Amino acid sequence: MSTETLEAPIVKEREPLLSKRRKKFVTDPLSDDNPITIQVLGICSALAVTTQMKPTFVMAISVIFVMVFSNLTISLMRNLVPTRVRIIVQLAIVATLVTLVNEVLKAYAFDMYKELSVFIGLIITNCIVMGRLEAFALGNKPYDSVLDGLGSGLGYSWIILAVAFFREIWGSGKVFGYPVFEKLGMEGVALNGLMVSPVGAFIVLGVIIWVQRTKTGYVEH
Amino acid sequence: MDLLNLGIKSIFIENMVFAYFLGMCSFLAVSKKVSTAFGLGLAVIFVLTITVPMNWLLNEYVLNEGALTWLGPQFAEIDLTFLRFIMFIAIIAAMVQLVEMIVEKVSPSLYGSLGIFLPLIAVNCAILGSSLFMAQRDYTIAESTVFGFGSGFGFFLAIIALAAIREKLRYSNVPDGLKGLGITMFITGLMGIAFMSFMGISI
Repeated sequence: MSTETLEAPIVKEREPLLSKRRKKFVTDPLSDDNPITIQVLGICSALAVTTQMKPTFVMAISVIFVMVFSNLTISLMRNLVPTRVRIIVQLAIVATLVTLVNEVLKAYAFDMYKELSVFIGLIITNCIVMGRLEAFALGNKPYDSVLDGLGSGLGYSWIILAVAFFREIWGSGKVFGYPVFEKLGMEGVALNGLMVSPVGAFIVLGVIIWVQRTKTGYVEH
Repeated sequence: MDLLNLGIKSIFIENMVFAYFLGMCSFLAVSKKVSTAFGLGLAVIFVLTITVPMNWLLNEYVLNEGALTWLGPQFAEIDLTFLRFIMFIAIIAAMVQLVEMIVEKVSPSLYGSLGIFLPLIAVNCAILGSSLFMAQRDYTIAESTVFGFGSGFGFFLAIIALAAIREKLRYSNVPDGLKGLGITMFITGLMGIAFMSFMGISI
């Protein structure tokens, strides 16, 4: 054992902040590996809140927030948590973050809080959050995990916003509460009440899945 | 009579799956075969009937504003409702674990068929959702027991019906992109229309 080997610095190439590998964490879940359409996770809330754009938007932001920070926290703790109790630890962290979101909404956007009612609480059992914690954050570095959380959150968000767009425009003729058809001077456009009901959500999501899978060429057997 | 009415309502009219989309993940994932769907459905009924009244007790005697008065008058001001999510999910996880151990001890054959589904249920939105609805609607303990059982039974009916359809569907020629999840979404939508016909029934 000589001192020389100790002194020799371990030269390790630093990966650029947004390398190709890391960009993939964000872009993959948007289309090829979408949490809703390909992995079939988090369907419950995707359907329940999407009658209008506004609550959907709030929901999307809440989910992104919870995903990014739970991924970060779990990733920082990944070497400290014994495998046997990891599920409980994950649930506790996610539940804490969701409580945070809930209290903020209650304080600053009470109408939205009333409208979303139990569905904010149900982010806890949203399979996307737990799935990413299990599959990614437990085995990767914090920064990578944050990117992964952001990517999955965005992939989830664009799908629910798309569903909400079609349901709102066909169901009540509005986009973000703005009466589009009336302002365009197209009075009396026939609206489909089915779109506002739960049935519309299933059909719209079914069609989106069809289009998306045909595009990416993914076939389930 | 009110209880019967609530039961009917939670099974058919406000079905967990078709009206609130709760428990969709396991609803879609475990509905490929009738036998497994049957196991999961039973486990859900079981766990819901136990956890909803349990959470009611928790809500009534610990979490609500002034609920801790039974400890002494100085606790009357305490409001712990912000702890609701974390306590509910803890109770659910603990109850699921307990139920699993009891079933394993008492009836190994039932454990054989339910066993693998029980851990899955801890993160099923239908379970947490029912507890949250119970808290939001201020049910009494009798109502919450009926509501818990009714929601579970509604889920049971829905998942068995879907599994039966999907077993038959295996012989039909579905377009590639629609295979699996896509066509299942459409079927669920159509089943939802059928369940809408129960609307307005009351006894």
